Amino acid sequence: MTNYLNFEKPLAEIEGKAEELRALARQNAEMDIEAEAKALDAKAAELLKTLYSDLTPWRKCQVARHQDRPHCKDYISRLFDDYTPLAGDRNFADDHAVMGGLARFSGTPVMVIGHEKGADTKSRISRNFGMARPEGYRKAIRLMDMADKFNLPVITLVDTPGAYPGKGAEERGQSEAIARSTEKCLQIGVPLISVIIGEGGSGGAVAFATANRVAMLEHSIYSVISPEGCASILWKDAEKTREAAEALRLTAQDLAKLGVNDQVIKEPLGGAHRDPNTTLEAVRAAIAEMLAELSQKNRKQLLADRRKKYLKMGMTGLAA
Amino acid sequence: MNWITNYVRPRINSIFSRREVPENLWSKCDSCGTMLFHRELSDNLNVCTTCDHHMAISPRDRFLGLFDGGIFTEVPVPAPIADPLQFRDQKKYPERMKAAQKKTSETEAMLVVVGDIGRTPIVAAAQDFSFMGGSMGMYVGNAIIAAAERAVKLERPLILFSAAGGARMQEGILSLMQMPRTTVAVQMLKEANLPYIVVLTHPTTGGVTASYAMLGDVHIAEPNALICFAGPRVIEQTIREQLPEGFQRAEYLLDHGMLDRVTPRTKLRQELITITRMLLNLPPEIKGDLPPPTDAAGSGTKAQKDLASSSESKQA
Ligand SMILES: [Zn+2]
Repeated sequence: MTNYLNFEKPLAEIEGKAEELRALARQNAEMDIEAEAKALDAKAAELLKTLYSDLTPWRKCQVARHQDRPHCKDYISRLFDDYTPLAGDRNFADDHAVMGGLARFSGTPVMVIGHEKGADTKSRISRNFGMARPEGYRKAIRLMDMADKFNLPVITLVDTPGAYPGKGAEERGQSEAIARSTEKCLQIGVPLISVIIGEGGSGGAVAFATANRVAMLEHSIYSVISPEGCASILWKDAEKTREAAEALRLTAQDLAKLGVNDQVIKEPLGGAHRDPNTTLEAVRAAIAEMLAELSQKNRKQLLADRRKKYLKMGMTGLAA
Repeated sequence: MNWITNYVRPRINSIFSRREVPENLWSKCDSCGTMLFHRELSDNLNVCTTCDHHMAISPRDRFLGLFDGGIFTEVPVPAPIADPLQFRDQKKYPERMKAAQKKTSETEAMLVVVGDIGRTPIVAAAQDFSFMGGSMGMYVGNAIIAAAERAVKLERPLILFSAAGGARMQEGILSLMQMPRTTVAVQMLKEANLPYIVVLTHPTTGGVTASYAMLGDVHIAEPNALICFAGPRVIEQTIREQLPEGFQRAEYLLDHGMLDRVTPRTKLRQELITITRMLLNLPPEIKGDLPPPTDAAGSGTKAQKDLASSSESKQA
């Protein structure tokens, strides 16, 4: 069953009608509905194309957060072999909002780290909706250190509404953990590749995405604040999400102009959730390409390039 | 070192930068309500003489109180391009900027300077909460990078006073990108083995706390400063419970291991001198009148060398 987004309602109606017709026909063998159902299918396909040909930033936010969108876990199981989760920050806990461990990518051993939002009520709660606590960042720091020591490339998959705003998280140094994770990203002498697969929520995302190469899925977003938060602060009206999403320039396309991401990975028509397999394979190809390119560079170059990239970022604004 | 350009001119600059205040001005303490005579309040670095409440202080006023003789020289900060996202909300970003500049008489939310504290040459940077909430955009990032580069070039420590309500939303993702950019700046200091001391002032929140403000060698906070990643209101909305007394205040963070010290503003200068000189392996500060400048050569040499050639360390 498709979970439709608000702006997809007209599409839901047409597809619903087609389905109803076919259900009727299954019960009543004499009914000939095929022509009518096919006409509805064509209409639906046309509408889907129109809807997705020019998604507004706020609609992209909804697609990026779609519950059926492939999550970190799906990428890890499909794109990597021998995934061996490594748990814990050796200090307090294991944060289930952050997945991480050793794995092989096309045979090459790598360290893979990512936010996991969860796929149903139970897993969403245990994953804390992909909102990491300090332990999640400290686990990531530990794994990045290990990757650096054994010369393994690091691949991060970013999908988080943001770092968790909780009492314990604050008491255990959420700020410090994020700061150290970003710092670690800048210190490791191995290729660091980041793919923003859904939501890149503020500091919680930067802590993993300060990378040599950053790729974003076509309908993913990356922002300093959620459109909801921005609307309530600047517009004093939480309903002005559409305006805020536009002003923030949080789409993969706008961010590419600013040099924040190096490439945009095309999604299947109707978004990643309508065809997860095609999406996963597109991401595989993008990672393979980035990894091949970065493997040519030595430690010194990787460190210097990463640093230079961030030092000059933003100097040209949207004109980049 | 040229006495006129390096000594007299900065002093003149700092005298001219002193904002004119009517002598008979009284202000009310936000905490205890006592009416305080302006002169008395500014002599006490905007700390209430009745209840010790720390009120906001502008970077310029802070530096006047921090540096020897109130003498400091500004370090130029490369200007970023204006309104990089062509941000549109109810008020245009350039208009908000103009209003903030008029209100503060400053260019942006951070001031970078060089000068001596207790005859110890340092680079200092201070964030201005009264300028759009001290929010971090490209300029603040550029300022911190400029401060670190200057510190590395002069081989001096960097002392940074943080104060920010959070991100410069009008710069969107570029505000967020200051987290890695300023972290690179901190790395420059680290690689040069130069002390980086952060003084966290009220309030220091969001992306600022989650980057350069939490990466210092030494973290000192002013009393009762709010220091957090997520603000108390956001947390209360998320967890739907009341937060404990003093949550996210300086003393609370000290108890939770996030800070080295909580120090009243009036004792801060002395403490910074003491710590800095130990980290630089210099002899204790010699108090008293400043000896006449003797060194005629060697501008831009490292801090230790500067001091080794001054009369002070010969005495020591
Ligand atoms: Zn008072």
